[in-house]
Amino acid sequence: MFLKTLKGTAHWIDDRLGLSATLGPVLRHLAPHDARWWYVFGSATMCAFMIQVVSGVALAFAYIPSATDAYPTLQFITHDAPFGHFLRGLHYFGASAMVLMVGLHMAQVFLFGSYKFPREMNWLTGVLLLGFTLLMGFTGQLLRWDQTAVWSVVIAAEQAGRIPLIGGWVARFTLGGDTVGGATLNRFFAIHVFIVPGLMFAFIGLHLLLVLRHGIAEPPRAGEPVDPKTYRAKYQALLKKSGRPFWPDAAWRDVVFAVGMIVAIALLAAIFGAPELGKLPDPSIIAADPRPDWYLLWYFAVLALLPHGTEQVFMVFGPLLAGLLLIALPFIAPSGERSPRRRPWAVAGVLLTVTAIAALWIEGERAPWSPNFDPRPLTPQIVGATSGPVFVGAQLFQEKSCLDCHLIQGRGGHRGPDLTFIADRLTKSDIIIRIVNGGVNMPAFGATLKPGEINDLVAFMESRTKHQSASGTTTSP
Amino acid sequence: MNESNPDPSQPCREPTPEEITRRRFLERVSLSLIGLGGAIVTLPLIGFIFAPLFRKDPDVWRTVGAVGDFKVGDTTAVKFLDSSPLPWGGIAAKTAAWLRRTSEQEFVAFAINCSHLGCPVRWQQSAQLFMCPCHGGVYYADGTVAAGPPPAPLARYPVRVKDGVVQIQPKPIVIQRA
Repeated sequence: MFLKTLKGTAHWIDDRLGLSATLGPVLRHLAPHDARWWYVFGSATMCAFMIQVVSGVALAFAYIPSATDAYPTLQFITHDAPFGHFLRGLHYFGASAMVLMVGLHMAQVFLFGSYKFPREMNWLTGVLLLGFTLLMGFTGQLLRWDQTAVWSVVIAAEQAGRIPLIGGWVARFTLGGDTVGGATLNRFFAIHVFIVPGLMFAFIGLHLLLVLRHGIAEPPRAGEPVDPKTYRAKYQALLKKSGRPFWPDAAWRDVVFAVGMIVAIALLAAIFGAPELGKLPDPSIIAADPRPDWYLLWYFAVLALLPHGTEQVFMVFGPLLAGLLLIALPFIAPSGERSPRRRPWAVAGVLLTVTAIAALWIEGERAPWSPNFDPRPLTPQIVGATSGPVFVGAQLFQEKSCLDCHLIQGRGGHRGPDLTFIADRLTKSDIIIRIVNGGVNMPAFGATLKPGEINDLVAFMESRTKHQSASGTTTSP
Repeated sequence: MNESNPDPSQPCREPTPEEITRRRFLERVSLSLIGLGGAIVTLPLIGFIFAPLFRKDPDVWRTVGAVGDFKVGDTTAVKFLDSSPLPWGGIAAKTAAWLRRTSEQEFVAFAINCSHLGCPVRWQQSAQLFMCPCHGGVYYADGTVAAGPPPAPLARYPVRVKDGVVQIQPKPIVIQRA
């Protein structure tokens, strides 16, 4: 009796709201029968977005977006609030998952040629959503208002400044004034919490509407190129012949994958939690070492590794060109073969992009271009002398920050060449010229070193040979 | 509702010429009103968001220490407040500079921001060099580029000695242009 009433009520609600009547046909639209596990990344991206919305709303209950209060409220969320550590972790790993999934989704759509006719707008709205996702990642890192966040704003403003004509304005707009200050954080809060999420809701809606309008692209088959004249009829015929209702025949895979992702994110959040805050957001603390979060670390490497002179241009035109290329793609290749078997350049492009980002990412993690401000000191064994010019030279080598950039037997920085066996490569006069005049990536020390000091340094350098390390002699020339 | 007309956007009979012109008029009026209403709401918003672009911060002098606190030839980090800190700015409104006493009466104040991407450079006293932690830019003691990617010397703040104290005029972060 009770069950019957419940059923009746549910039926009444459904009838009056028209849920089954409107959503049912939408959910059960026909999808190609062989659209299987390769097709789960889009819905996983959306699922990650929903995690971000939920965890973000939760964080907003405690977070105060003010230059003074953000840091202590973040400490409160992380260390005192029930579930706070977990929720921040959820938001952090959710963001990571979203970036990862949007990348996988894009690669799959590209490799399957699904961006071609008639789905050009699916691709373009997707490109916009990729841009929004990265923007959310960057602004989100800034809301973690610590020292790194403060310097990231400055770095962003400096890059924006390179835009021709309006660069200065964009930079000022980014900072919210002359410098980092009270106005800065609130701008990023409004952008991160209201403007971009609003745009994302709108564009995700449009993106889904377009999926319904043009249908889920069938897996490509080599030798069946897209011809705009016949494609739509062929696709409809395909659905009629072998299409399956999206819900539940195709959707169950999306659900399984998305829930697996949620479990993975929750586990990571529970085990590792969110990244600890850095030092206080005080721009007058000079000892800073700003690094972007992992999804932009590769770009940090790009900015360090660009050849001198090119970066002024690259900082603006690099991202612009990448964006334009993505936007132009469906217009460059609107028809023709979809199968990756017939598109070797497309496959090569994806492999190259992934390899390049991975390599840059590893370099960004190592950051060999940054000086090592706190190198382990050279031991007497490494120096090979306890008095005399070699000993004094070794002390100078450390005092004058040479060790910050050069390696001696594994100690020091990676900025310049490893000098462990420098005497085997350079003559005495070469060494002197190099120290006195410097080079592109090395300061000239001629003005700051006294002649005696140069002699001692050179003596130390000349003692760096394979022969001597092997024999262990401690004599100095 | 007319049950015999399944598509309400298509009326049962052809519209008269008066109806057509009337509808066109109503369309235009409605669209214009929507535009006006939108403008009333959004223009102040846009002005509010972009206001910082046109705000001119006042020129103020910030005392960073007594002249005697600094030795000739030394380069020291000094901290001071921005020129117009907001009430809730707190520590975020602080800035630092590298102050170098070049003679009895002369000081130079370098911005701590690397000219490459703005990271804070560190002074290495014994090496007499400024080094950047981000991408390895290096500057000499006079702020000129010694090595690495920086496109320009370290920026300088106006600095003066008045009544026995050293004062710095806070300036906007120098944004390098292409």
